[in-house]
Amino acid sequence: MKSGLSTKLLSAAALVVCLALAGFVSYYASGSPDGLNKVAADHGFDSAEKESAAADSPLSGYTADGVDDPRLSGAVAGAVGVVVVLVVAGGLAFAVRRKHHQPDQG
Amino acid sequence: MTWRSDRRERPVHVPDGFLDAPTSLATGALAAAGVAVALRKAGRELDEKTAPMAGLVAAFIFATQMLNFPVGAGTSGHLIGGALAAVLVGPWTAILCMSVVLLTQALLFADGGVTAIGTNVSLMGVITVAAGFAVFSLVRRMAPRSARGVVVGSFLAALVSVPAAAAAFVFLFEVGGTAEISLATVASAMIGWHILIGVGEAFITALTVSSVMAVRPDLVYGARSLLTKRQLLIRPDHAADVAT
Repeated sequence: MKSGLSTKLLSAAALVVCLALAGFVSYYASGSPDGLNKVAADHGFDSAEKESAAADSPLSGYTADGVDDPRLSGAVAGAVGVVVVLVVAGGLAFAVRRKHHQPDQG
Repeated sequence: MTWRSDRRERPVHVPDGFLDAPTSLATGALAAAGVAVALRKAGRELDEKTAPMAGLVAAFIFATQMLNFPVGAGTSGHLIGGALAAVLVGPWTAILCMSVVLLTQALLFADGGVTAIGTNVSLMGVITVAAGFAVFSLVRRMAPRSARGVVVGSFLAALVSVPAAAAAFVFLFEVGGTAEISLATVASAMIGWHILIGVGEAFITALTVSSVMAVRPDLVYGARSLLTKRQLLIRPDHAADVAT
């Protein structure tokens, strides 16, 4: 009843895609302000912004402290983020999953 | 190309200071309530097979949110991913996935303020999921039960989810914004830009959903009922194949 790629192969492929997007493709992303920042700047409420309490994080601003090369710095930050989110969200999903029960029909 | 020097230095989510303390507390309570309900209800969407999918969907959304695409006039947008997550893993699991992404961004990457976590989780973790899944369910009910119906549904869900979150931000800014700007000005600017960004969101969402549908439709939450139906329909097709 298995159709197409095995779950293991699909998971591995998906992880490679995530790491490639966050670690490599992100370098070529648009550097223009996003919708919210653009509106804030255009209408003068960007000055209301306060520095985040997490601004001292070694990964703040999607750059890794201590890595000078900007491409590598962004790649490290992106890859760490992918792994952290994968482990936390995956772990949470395993923790709350219903055991020995067929999931709802969507 | 000087813009490259400060790339990604600029956070993209709601920062600290845009909304006053009472509004931030209220969105914090709303977000906490949403996550609490999601924690109780996500179990029925998850089993041994789909739990790893939830981790991968969250990781994919984190990665894709880094990919700002230009929408014109020196403005960019990025995928939010709430509608995508709702279609792939189910709405309750989607709220959990989005919350993990947004918490990680706020605490580890200083993207989105720490006092604005409740605001960002409410807007991007709850409202995009709720609006997106509502549209998806509506389209699924009206469109034929087919893989194309799932993809079209996810496209429209994503398209609506982004301006819905922008409209909710406008409401919050009207109630508890720290700057005096007319409602009409903020509303037209926020919703206008986010309709454009929603088009990008819709294409990325539809492309991703159709890619997963192509390899493992059984792993797509929004296509589960479709698969049951298809299994029942497959026999006459096979019989016809054998006959010819």
